[in-house]
Amino acid sequence: MKALIQTLTETFGPSGHEDAVRAVIRAQVEPLADEIRVDALGSLIAVKRPVRDGGKKILLAAHMDEIGLIISHVDEKGFLRFTTLGGVPPRTLVGGRVRFLDGTPGVIGGEVLENWDKVHTMEQLFIDIGASGPKDVRVKIGDVAALERPFLDLGKRLVAKSLDDRIGVAVLIETLRQLKMTPHEVYFVFTSREELSSEAGAAAVAFGIEPDLALSVDVTSTGDTPKGHKTDVALGKGPAIRIHDPGVLSDPRIVAWIDQTARKNKIPFQRQVSTFGTTDARAMQASRSGVPVSCLAIPCRYVHTPSEMVDMDDVQNAVKLLVCLLSAPVEI
Amino acid sequence: MTDPIIGTPQIKLLERLCNAVAVSGDEGEVRAIVLDEIRAHVEDARVDALGNVLATRSGSGKNRLRVMLAAHMDEVGFMLVNADGDGLFQFETVGSVDVRQLPGKRVWVGKRHLPGVIGARPIHLTTTEEREHKIPLESLRIDLGPKAGLAEPGERATFAASFHRLGPSLLAKALDNRLGVAMLIELIKHAPPNVDLLAAFTVQEEIGLRGAGVAAYALKPDLAFVLDCTPANDLPMYDRSENHLYNTRLDAGPAIYTADSGMVHDNRLVRFLAETAQAAKIPFQYRQPGGGKTDAGAIQRSLAGIPAVSVSVPGRYTHTACSLCRLEDWKNTLRLLYTALEHVTPALLNLEHVTPALLKQ
Repeated sequence: MKALIQTLTETFGPSGHEDAVRAVIRAQVEPLADEIRVDALGSLIAVKRPVRDGGKKILLAAHMDEIGLIISHVDEKGFLRFTTLGGVPPRTLVGGRVRFLDGTPGVIGGEVLENWDKVHTMEQLFIDIGASGPKDVRVKIGDVAALERPFLDLGKRLVAKSLDDRIGVAVLIETLRQLKMTPHEVYFVFTSREELSSEAGAAAVAFGIEPDLALSVDVTSTGDTPKGHKTDVALGKGPAIRIHDPGVLSDPRIVAWIDQTARKNKIPFQRQVSTFGTTDARAMQASRSGVPVSCLAIPCRYVHTPSEMVDMDDVQNAVKLLVCLLSAPVEI
Repeated sequence: MTDPIIGTPQIKLLERLCNAVAVSGDEGEVRAIVLDEIRAHVEDARVDALGNVLATRSGSGKNRLRVMLAAHMDEVGFMLVNADGDGLFQFETVGSVDVRQLPGKRVWVGKRHLPGVIGARPIHLTTTEEREHKIPLESLRIDLGPKAGLAEPGERATFAASFHRLGPSLLAKALDNRLGVAMLIELIKHAPPNVDLLAAFTVQEEIGLRGAGVAAYALKPDLAFVLDCTPANDLPMYDRSENHLYNTRLDAGPAIYTADSGMVHDNRLVRFLAETAQAAKIPFQYRQPGGGKTDAGAIQRSLAGIPAVSVSVPGRYTHTACSLCRLEDWKNTLRLLYTALEHVTPALLNLEHVTPALLKQ
């Protein structure tokens, strides 16, 4: 599974530009699913059919896009000004490296600040692709770059860019692989465009599938670092159920279903009320006449930096929990 | 069918559209002009529950795509909220309007375009300190004079600025988005036969893209183009440094969106528009990615997802009392849209469109 996570995290896929990562995922799920399709906004849908009728229609969504940068201007000296796709904190960028869709690499530099107690704003940063003038620049306004950082295996813990949410993608692929039989019709969906506030990818998917219930499988920030976020969620203590975040209040029946299944199967898990961020669950809950939703999240340090960290135990426990959830009937 | 062109009749129509008062939620005056113009050219033109005008003009070829074209009819402005007596009204802004720009501006109020003014204190009677601060909206009033009589809270108002030609430029309020409305009318009149054209003249764009989503839901298109007008902040910098936050530039042609705060525009359609422009030798520019939203954001996430992209005419001073656009940019935007419609095919929506460079990485 680590090799898969490495491939997934090192593949290009900022929001709205998911073609390459979709191809990687498609190659993985094609032999495992009963049906594969791509929707109008580029989400990949892999369907696992039940052994007999009577189960639920369950949607599992992990977003395949990542945060990225987009060129806003090529200046008269050949430096590239940019803005962001999704929430990229400027403080994480200086000295970082990027790669564009066409393969062009670059480094991120910043204007010299008058006051070094302050951090750069996005407008004070630029990408340098080694051009000696605008004539050398092949990329153009609107072209998209991903942060570039190699995958790092620390044994139990893994570090990479875009673990948000390629780790969710890996969990869904592995769940599909391990799920031998299910009473449900399960839609393993790899959504596009989650990092943008409208979650258009998940909104389109939920409308198209019309599920009985839906789970987003995403990452969640931990509180286990020095002066960290105000949450008890920590690496290594199991996947987290995001009961509430500013975008969505999970359906209590879904929360109870996950909670009880985890207890029954002795799988460690954490309950979380998050004070920031949201996931595809928000868009899915408000689809059509409403969908019961929750979010199963892999605890992750340093979310939205080029070096996000997860614990393999949490990843494997998330897979185990999802397999248990999908293997038995559910009444809600 | 002939290509659409912009000549004297089209500019006259734009003038009528710009001089109409159609602040978000009260688009009736523009809607009436639209219905009048398109009725003879479409199979059905209906007004939906929110006030959008939805019209269909079917083509005649095989494998026709259902192509939605959307242009918002509404403009930013004001709403009277309280009568202070003597023709003085407290008011709120509708859509994003910069309150710093309001004192001293003339306005038209309501359907009868009653003339009024947002009063400002004469300079003789202000202190140096007062002049350094912005005047809050709460202390501004629209003054219609005591005999205005018939104006009431709830009525809309907008900047009083009549349409003018100025050499190569157009000068008017609400060029955002009467330019788009006028283009959409022309495209309906000259629709190419290879597509089913689904037109939406939308309401309430300026207050949160409220009309476009329901329009898309009703029209069920295969893809959508949004026609709008976007700011050109392209003046030189005061210190002669390079302006790298211009959004768009006048005289550079239609502005194709790639990403804004509402969406990433469909990259297949972005590429298609750019290639169409290059092939037809139509100048174009990419609008700088960044903040702002258009109706495309609401359309894209409607139903099970609709590929969508925005194309705008660049305009200086939008959302102020008077905006300024170039006639040539408007003509080129219409040309690009028409040429794109003529060449749009279902193959355009093939998703597995990965560039070879990507697969090698």
